[in-house]
Amino acid sequence: MKPVYVDNNATTKVDPEVLEEMLPYFSEMYGNPSSMHSFGGEVGRKIREARERVAALINASPEEIVFTSCGTESDNTAIMAAVNTTPFKKHVIITRVEHPAIKNMAEYLGKNGYRVTFVPVDGKGRLDLDYLYQSLSDDTAIVSIMWANNETGVIFPVEDISRVLHERGIPFHTDAVQAAGKLSVDVQKIKADMLSLSGHKIHAPKGVGILYVRKGTRFSPYMIGGHQEGGKRGGTENTASIIGMGKACELAGKHLEEESTVVAKLRDRLESEILKSVPSTIVNGERENRLPGTTNISFEYIEGESILLMLNELGICASSGSACTSGSLEPSHVLRAMGVPYTAAHGSIRFSLSRHNTDAEIDFIIEKIPPIISRLRDLSPFWKQGRGNK
Amino acid sequence: MWEYTDKVKEHFMNPRNVGEIEDADGIGEVGSIACGDALKLMFKLNDKKKIEDVKFQTFGCASAIASSSALTEMLKGLTIEEAGKITNDDIAEFLGGLPKEKMHCSVMGRDALEKAIGYYRGESEKVKEGEIVCECFGVTDIEIKRAVTENNLKSIEDVTAYVKAGGGCESCHEKIQEIIDSTLGNSVPEKKKVPEMTNIEKIRLIEEVIENEIRPMLKKDRGNIKLIDFVGNDVIVEMRGACANCGTSQFTIKNFVEDKLREHVSHDLNVKEV
Repeated sequence: MKPVYVDNNATTKVDPEVLEEMLPYFSEMYGNPSSMHSFGGEVGRKIREARERVAALINASPEEIVFTSCGTESDNTAIMAAVNTTPFKKHVIITRVEHPAIKNMAEYLGKNGYRVTFVPVDGKGRLDLDYLYQSLSDDTAIVSIMWANNETGVIFPVEDISRVLHERGIPFHTDAVQAAGKLSVDVQKIKADMLSLSGHKIHAPKGVGILYVRKGTRFSPYMIGGHQEGGKRGGTENTASIIGMGKACELAGKHLEEESTVVAKLRDRLESEILKSVPSTIVNGERENRLPGTTNISFEYIEGESILLMLNELGICASSGSACTSGSLEPSHVLRAMGVPYTAAHGSIRFSLSRHNTDAEIDFIIEKIPPIISRLRDLSPFWKQGRGNK
Repeated sequence: MWEYTDKVKEHFMNPRNVGEIEDADGIGEVGSIACGDALKLMFKLNDKKKIEDVKFQTFGCASAIASSSALTEMLKGLTIEEAGKITNDDIAEFLGGLPKEKMHCSVMGRDALEKAIGYYRGESEKVKEGEIVCECFGVTDIEIKRAVTENNLKSIEDVTAYVKAGGGCESCHEKIQEIIDSTLGNSVPEKKKVPEMTNIEKIRLIEEVIENEIRPMLKKDRGNIKLIDFVGNDVIVEMRGACANCGTSQFTIKNFVEDKLREHVSHDLNVKEV
């Protein structure tokens, strides 16, 4: 059974063109880019090209690009660099809906003498900007706010935020892992001091990430080692993946327009058809200002894991914010921060599309969802009861 | 992804005995939407006082649905006395086992059965006995004790997997540990009594800990530390060598130096840099 893969916010398929570009760098051109011989030097040149391609995607200069091992490392590095270079500042601001790479890092700092502000969101997942701006102080070491949310796809106004913070002289980091390749990411417009990207969300392999560090930003390395990455990140380069990342960024730039046309259209059709055919169904998050491929839908009175497993039987790969799927007992922190009621949070399903999805796949999901939902609702003791109350 | 047995998957995809019985002899409802799972169990007896029909409705994950379905199969043909002997382990065993994190699904089945039997016997719904320990999921000390005894649970993680207690904000973890310890007959370790020390004794001890525990570690990274003063509970130190201009020296002070001194000297010490 060929999977119908609509879980692209979790990870994506490595683009065949990316793979092709990577393959020679495993067992043919395996030199160390730092070596003095031309066998390694050639790999070094290819890495320089990758750096230029990444820089081009976000309108940065190549020296501002640091290759890391993943989005989490980029996020952790950004926070620690800001905190370590201004040790007298003891305040960190993030949002209540950040990815664990930022959230758990901030909580760790909170246990180690830092004051952490978690900026709330409203019921549609929109950031409380007044709260953010009122929280700023001379003691703030860094503000880290994601560009777009991985669960709902809601986009935050990072351009406005970056302007305010830039004027106040407060370092700003944004986790653009979900935004890259789907929205135009331009560091000349968004005055972020640091910005994180992840390879495997944009059709590069897992195990490679990017931290953009604006020229002049105070920085200290998180991974302490050799001179690699201009002294910003020790460790021998993951050459093949870095080269793949370069190609993926080039392709992302090329396909960017498709996201807001083709992919957004597929998503809109999937969403509106499901809403039309299944009652008691809610879209989580603001629908206007959202990543083009993401929809997060709550099916009331049933539980997400059951839905996922039924979809799985048909080869449909999606994800859920329900408690049971995360291994914890509480539903997703993002949906809870938005105040999504429990009747809906436990039954939330995220479909995240990419340019590799087809019309036929969307038709298949649209056809299969209603019987699955009504089957599970027939099992649920709350379904009749809940509808009776309405 | 959870590793479910084929039997769990089969009962989930084709659940038996779904629905309601209009004139049921026993009805048991447990759980809620907020908790993430809920079960309504109903049975009817025949004139030989054996369970003839049994139906369920479940809100929850695959293992909750499978556990409910399994329970209904197990109950058919049993007398009330026999039914009352079914444990959560029996349900899990019937399904060829459940992932540990999902054992609470089998506990939910057992709880619903107990309630349904109580309903049949005309026992008025018991007010929840005991004291609520886990506020997030409304679990009492009696329920935790019972789960610990019946399933020989040894850790907080186990308790969370079986009755959900401790799976939310985690603020009850200390209490759960106490219940585990007292139920399993472990003596609760007495808190180490730190004898009151004079300031001079404290300073001597601080110097000793710095010399033996802290300095050797810092020296490994070509750093050093000097004790400057001791005021109130504040230990004033100066970081030297590589530590003096290290970006992470604040972390070293808070996470390493302060922890060591709190551990060996007094838990209320604060370490500060000159």
